[in-house]
Amino acid sequence: MKARTLGRHFRESFKSIGRNGWMTFASVSAVTVTLLLVGVFVVIMMNLSKVADDLEKDVEIKVMVELTADEAARATLEEEITNISGVAEILYSPKEEELNDLVMDFGEDLRLFEQENPLHNVFYAKAVNPQETEAVALAIDELDNTFEVKYGKGKIEKLFSFLNTSRNVGLVLIIALLFTAMFLISNTIRITIVARRRDIEIMKLVGATNWFIRIPFVLEGIWLGILGAIIPITLVTFLYYKIYHMLSPKLEQGKLFELLEFSPFIYQVNALILLMAVFIGIWGSFMSVRKFLKV
Amino acid sequence: MIEMINVYKKYPNGIVAANGINVEIEQGEFLYVVGPSGAGKSTFIKMMYREERPTSGEIIINGTNLAKLKASRVPYLRRQIGVVFQDFKLLPKLNVYENVAYALEVIEEAPSVIRTRVMEVLELVGLKHKARMFPTELSGGEQQRVSIARSIVNTPKLVIADEPTGNLDPETSWEIMNIFEEINARGTTIIMATHNREIVNTIKHRVIAIEGGLITRDDARGDYGYEG
Ligand SMILES: Nc1ncnc2c1ncn2[C@@H]1O[C@H](COP(=O)(O)OP(=O)(O)O)[C@@H](O)[C@H]1O
Ligand SMILES: [Mg+2]
Repeated sequence: MKARTLGRHFRESFKSIGRNGWMTFASVSAVTVTLLLVGVFVVIMMNLSKVADDLEKDVEIKVMVELTADEAARATLEEEITNISGVAEILYSPKEEELNDLVMDFGEDLRLFEQENPLHNVFYAKAVNPQETEAVALAIDELDNTFEVKYGKGKIEKLFSFLNTSRNVGLVLIIALLFTAMFLISNTIRITIVARRRDIEIMKLVGATNWFIRIPFVLEGIWLGILGAIIPITLVTFLYYKIYHMLSPKLEQGKLFELLEFSPFIYQVNALILLMAVFIGIWGSFMSVRKFLKV
Repeated sequence: MIEMINVYKKYPNGIVAANGINVEIEQGEFLYVVGPSGAGKSTFIKMMYREERPTSGEIIINGTNLAKLKASRVPYLRRQIGVVFQDFKLLPKLNVYENVAYALEVIEEAPSVIRTRVMEVLELVGLKHKARMFPTELSGGEQQRVSIARSIVNTPKLVIADEPTGNLDPETSWEIMNIFEEINARGTTIIMATHNREIVNTIKHRVIAIEGGLITRDDARGDYGYEG
């Protein structure tokens, strides 16, 4: 194919968008609705996943050291915990620090315990895979010089099962959404096909090759896809901007979890929407001309 | 330039539209194809540009055997043949100029050549002043002239027309015939299926009559020949 023919295909595809008034409108609308749904959903799912990760990361194992353990025994215990496979990090907090934390939380009255500190020295450990916290905790409990090992039994399991369920539900919803989108778009394509059937037949009778017919249609599909991406990208960006700036200050106080930062997250989502738009456009136009190229 | 040898065509519904056709057509001839409706005239014509394939037999055009032509080569065959249809077959979303230019764009002709050639043929068919109009804004006769302009714009050696005046009033039909005469005078072969007795009897050319899928008559300077 000559370069000027490619130029001709570009011009032709733009012209066709203008001249196909209502068909352009119908296709762009279908793409807009689809991408808006996908965009909103991706933002929700990604944030849910982020929240889940944040919550998981907060899961710690509290290892209280036996009161009788001396400095050497404590060092041995630290090393033994570190050597357990599946332990990610370990943090030592001597009993003075523990008391300090209590004073912070419950008031100066507790300072009177400073003379005779009844608390244990503590190791805080985290599992590499938070879902294996229980197994790691049990392994630590086996070691010498541990007084008690706590990890929020029960509560954690519930959290994990909640997070896993919501991930699965999200996956199912995304698949359902994709089917809806395909239905919506293939319906639009079916309308387009009827309108194009005769045109394609004529083009072939005048001596056009399949690619000569196909390329302008595919280019037109890409432009329609991009046009259909404008509203979703604008709306998703605007809404996330609003929600992010409304919720973030409150979540920062709570310290439990945070939303994904506006940048670069929203730009990645926008890139995804645009990519899908182009893909839908190419796929759609291929489908709508495929059947009639055999004349 | 065109040769058909023992050509049979049986449609999937069992109808035999060509029942052993043998014919030879020389470069520069003007040939009328006459016969009653359903005789097989359109089928005869459609097989020449491969809109239909013969069930058996040979069709040789400019040295190419259509029976052996691969589907991917069909566009290149069609570029050597100008086809004029009874229902015009213009692209509704393109204006007159663009419809004619399309036949040159497919062969990747240079834009400057396209511009001069399209204006030349529009001049020939008398539609230069309506180049920017769309098919729906034209009369039947004007649409047919666009269709003719498109069929000759890339100067094919062969132009085929299936009842090109079938949808037109008598006066317009004569105008269309004048255009075909002029094209033929330049050395282009013309094959035209028609029901127009007056035209066939007035502008004398070779006539072949098809009935029941067979050539029943072939006269060098013939008449329409049917009563009615
Ligand atoms: N695509 C087709 N499928 C089945 N039968 C066809 C088809 N085209 C034409 N025919 C049949 O073949 C016969 C010849 O048709 P056609 O070549 O169109 O005749 P004409 O042009 O002389 O009127 C007719 O009986 C017609 O019904
Ligand atoms: Mg016919």
